[in-house]
Amino acid sequence: MSLTSEQVRKVASLARLELSDAELSDLGAKLGQTLDYVARLNELDTDGVEPLVHAIELSNVLRPDVLAPSLPRDRGLANAPRTDGKHFLVPAILEG
Amino acid sequence: MSYDVIIGLEVHVQLQTVSKIFCGCSTAFNPDQPNVQTCPVCLGLPGALPVLNAEAFRLAVKTALALNCQIAGFTKWDRKQYFYPDLPKGYQISQYDLPFSHDGHVDVVTEADGGAVRRVRILRAHLEEDAGKNMHDESGRGRDSLVDLNRAGTPLVEIVTHPDLRSAEEARLFLQDLRLLLTDIGVSDCNMQEGSLRCDANVNLHVHQPDGSKVATPIVEVKNINSFRFTEQAILHEVERQWELYQKTKQTIKDAPKSTRGFDPARGVTYAMREKEEAADYRYFPDPDLVPVTVTDEQIATLRGELGELPAARRARYRDQYQLSAYDAGVIIDQGREYSRYFEVVAEGCGDGKQAANWLTQDVQRELNERGLTIATFPVPADVLADLLKRVTNKQLTIKAAREVFGALLEGEETATTARIEAIVAERGLAIVQDDGAIDAAIADVIARNPKPVADFKAGKQQAAGALIGQVMRAVKGADPQQVRERLIAKLSE
Ligand SMILES: [Zn+2]
Repeated sequence: MSLTSEQVRKVASLARLELSDAELSDLGAKLGQTLDYVARLNELDTDGVEPLVHAIELSNVLRPDVLAPSLPRDRGLANAPRTDGKHFLVPAILEG
Repeated sequence: MSYDVIIGLEVHVQLQTVSKIFCGCSTAFNPDQPNVQTCPVCLGLPGALPVLNAEAFRLAVKTALALNCQIAGFTKWDRKQYFYPDLPKGYQISQYDLPFSHDGHVDVVTEADGGAVRRVRILRAHLEEDAGKNMHDESGRGRDSLVDLNRAGTPLVEIVTHPDLRSAEEARLFLQDLRLLLTDIGVSDCNMQEGSLRCDANVNLHVHQPDGSKVATPIVEVKNINSFRFTEQAILHEVERQWELYQKTKQTIKDAPKSTRGFDPARGVTYAMREKEEAADYRYFPDPDLVPVTVTDEQIATLRGELGELPAARRARYRDQYQLSAYDAGVIIDQGREYSRYFEVVAEGCGDGKQAANWLTQDVQRELNERGLTIATFPVPADVLADLLKRVTNKQLTIKAAREVFGALLEGEETATTARIEAIVAERGLAIVQDDGAIDAAIADVIARNPKPVADFKAGKQQAAGALIGQVMRAVKGADPQQVRERLIAKLSE
């Protein structure tokens, strides 16, 4: 089963990826193969099997409500493409 | 043609924890120092692992219990994926199909006398992390937006109601009751200026048709309203707008998808927000970094026990036990638990709930406001005020004298104690003289020296007694004017 270009375009746009037409059709086939592979799980009889909500069989990992040191501002901003020394700078967000 | 207004609310409440929901950064409101409360976890740096804050979960369960919700024995965490500059990970950790609580209700008193109640069903309450804050360039020149991530990762409970509210006023009353409830149980400060309580309102109309059926108009979600008054205004405007639109277009819920609008407080109107080309598709999936949480019946019972008496129950008790009006009870309870406890000590101590309420809602409230104090820092302790008011109840002090003592307690350098009350009363000769002999002697003397007013009174001129009472009061400092009046009139009527 191959994904249509429209389906690939939608997934790509949700992931903010810009793809050429060639990439769209190529990825459609490849993603289809991946889905086919995963679809083999459908062959298993899962009647009476509880859905698994987490791969690790652990629960209740909690921490007490105490402060831990935060990063100094310059370290926090260190990976930002652009800053004004205080904030992360991003292209103007348009609202309304 | 008429219509019903249908309103459902989604309310975000910030929980009062010291640290964020999944990391140890501070949750303090700190807009003046942007980006100083961040770490690899809340910045979404690769390899950082979130760990749930136990207190955030505990406060969330308390919140849900106060909303009469069912608590899930098993709950998990999901990633809600979308791109926005204030969301560093590219997803928000939230709860999708297994929220920690569901199916509750809040009874909102919609008339002051407690006559009418609207039951608002709660669909669910779930926990999630807050995003950061974007600041936009207001100059219109398209300059960069600024992002402050201090708030990113602050614990929020999202409370989703059924569409059970039927007017803008009811929506406001619901929010006021919700704030009272949540501040009272100490899970949130619900400070709207600091964004601790924010609200989205889903609004539409059910228009009555000539054949008796009803037609629903398209649902509009008004986003991110940050005051009770704005919520009311936004809904009022939205109702008017939808009604006009329906009359023009006859568009129903089947013709248009749900749309999103903002509210402009300056103009008092809602406005269309830019719609994304595709419907939101958050592609929720379980967060592999966080394991599920289980809650036992014992834990739920313990937290339920910690809730104590909720405001609605206290309001009813104040009416029954102390004969307070709904208004006075409301004023006291609105001030919080500490204030309510103070009131109860005063009411019990002086034996007159109504008088205690009068003092709390007037004299004490005024002094708190003028001095910028809270009841916790008020210099007159509850048992001392109780002692003062008891002297009024026992007719040892007039109300006027009690006010003078109250003022002196507040002005003085010395700690306000019952001994201090005693001293002030003695120093200023404020005690009501209980000595009937002294009062009767003064009355006899005043009658003897004032034949004219006495004759006037006997001829039926009631007000002539006033001057005589004044003279007796001057002669016997501290006499109870009521007692003097009664004894004087009895004497004159012999
Ligand atoms: Zn952090």
